[in-house]
Amino acid sequence: MNWGSLDQFLAMGGYATYVWGSYIVSVLVLAVEVVLLRRRHRTLRAGAGRSAQQPDTVA
Amino acid sequence: MWDAFVAVFARDVLQAWRRRADWLTSIFFFVIVVSLFPLGVGPEPALLRTMAPGIVWVAALLAAMLSLPRVFGSDYADGTLEQLVLTPHPLTVIVLAKVLAHWLLSGVPLALIAPVLALQFGLEGEPVGVLFVALLLGTPCLSLIGGVGAALTLGVRGGGVLIALLVLPLYIPVLIFGAGAVEATVAGTGAAGHLSLLAAGLLIAIVLAPWAIAAALRVALE
Amino acid sequence: MAFNWFKYSSPQTFYPLAGRLVPFFAVLAAVLGAIGLYIGFFVAPTDFQQGEAYRIIFIHVPAAWMSMFIYLVMAAWAALGLILNTRLSSMMATALAPTGALMTFLALWTGALWGKPMWGTWWAWDARMTSELILLFLYIGFMALQASIDDPRRADKAGAILALVGAVNVPIIYFSVKWWNTLHQGASISVGRSPSMASTMLLGMLVMALAYWMYSIAVTLMRVRSIILERERNTQWVRDLPGAPA
Repeated sequence: MNWGSLDQFLAMGGYATYVWGSYIVSVLVLAVEVVLLRRRHRTLRAGAGRSAQQPDTVA
Repeated sequence: MWDAFVAVFARDVLQAWRRRADWLTSIFFFVIVVSLFPLGVGPEPALLRTMAPGIVWVAALLAAMLSLPRVFGSDYADGTLEQLVLTPHPLTVIVLAKVLAHWLLSGVPLALIAPVLALQFGLEGEPVGVLFVALLLGTPCLSLIGGVGAALTLGVRGGGVLIALLVLPLYIPVLIFGAGAVEATVAGTGAAGHLSLLAAGLLIAIVLAPWAIAAALRVALE
Repeated sequence: MAFNWFKYSSPQTFYPLAGRLVPFFAVLAAVLGAIGLYIGFFVAPTDFQQGEAYRIIFIHVPAAWMSMFIYLVMAAWAALGLILNTRLSSMMATALAPTGALMTFLALWTGALWGKPMWGTWWAWDARMTSELILLFLYIGFMALQASIDDPRRADKAGAILALVGAVNVPIIYFSVKWWNTLHQGASISVGRSPSMASTMLLGMLVMALAYWMYSIAVTLMRVRSIILERERNTQWVRDLPGAPA
């Protein structure tokens, strides 16, 4: 075990900005990609369903 | 096959001569961009001398790129390109003729003017000669690689800016070896290595680029 | 050999298959990521030279590897789509590009945050960093070209040609940048190799690389599902899909 306490862990030996800056941005970017893709797929599926239920009523 | 090559080449050169103002524009663009740099970074002779090769080459890249839409643009618009693709001659040969015409009209003038501009930057003697040779070897590469970008963006939305995005990253090796040749001469280490790498790059481009351009043209005309 | 690959090369059959594969790769990515982070933060010792800052390596190197690997895979799919004229291969190439560009961005971002404490600068014109930046430009060019062509078949083929030209160029670009870098050694900071690594550090890095790999597969399959729906929205099988989000 490298860390005596949570504070020590968060401090990263004085490099907190750099280490957490890298990790937080990486996690955020990857998570946002997943969220956007899920939303894109969901809208497409919803659109596909609607056109199946009411084929020619869309303006 | 040779006849087709000569015919296409002569036709492109003749058309360019009729519209010479277009081609002169990109040459003056080159001169103006190069002349802007001293105004931007200051007239310090030592600084300008070290920056000269890079500035001239970057300006050459941009000037060569600006004239790219003209390689296939007008032929695509008036339907000539479709006819050329349908001729029994191999498309790669026709493409090579058009690219050679582009080089003669955009690359060669740049190489001829660059020595004069180099004098403005305090380069003299051997480096100027190397700059000339490097541009003569490098600009055909620019025309060949650029031809791929020009063919891919035919009739595409926002083609002009898009071509820059596609082509400039691929130009980087030419920039490095071209500017490096002049810098090496200034530093006294000799330009032979850089120039032979430029020549090698040119050979690779001559072999591979016409295939890519021909394929891209076929895709654009489908 | 009983498995028939060609059966799955049609978008209609691949769509549900990809839907079943996504959770599998997503779970793998999450589990491997958790193990990798555990090794990275709690098992791997503090580096005697770089202190704790070296822990960025566990996300930096995997992102850099994936950024290059995805470009090759993308070019391979694009070539396959061009030669065999299979729509699905081209869709895979299109689906890979944004993830590749993201990996390139992450490699550059984490590299900058690692470089600042270690070499005192956010950015150096080092051969590897410069090549990574150019790779980002290549991805952006590929996506921009495909986005500006309305006809999907033409976008596929034009993108494929560009990806192949790029793939031929990448080694040349890397070599030229390296050559340029050695000539300007005086002006640039020499970014040395990472100091000798403890085996747990290497293990953490490899596990994280696997996690990134599985993540990329999962995300690409998700994106290819959306692309299939967009391209095939006028076909009967898409209309017959249940409208509820799957």
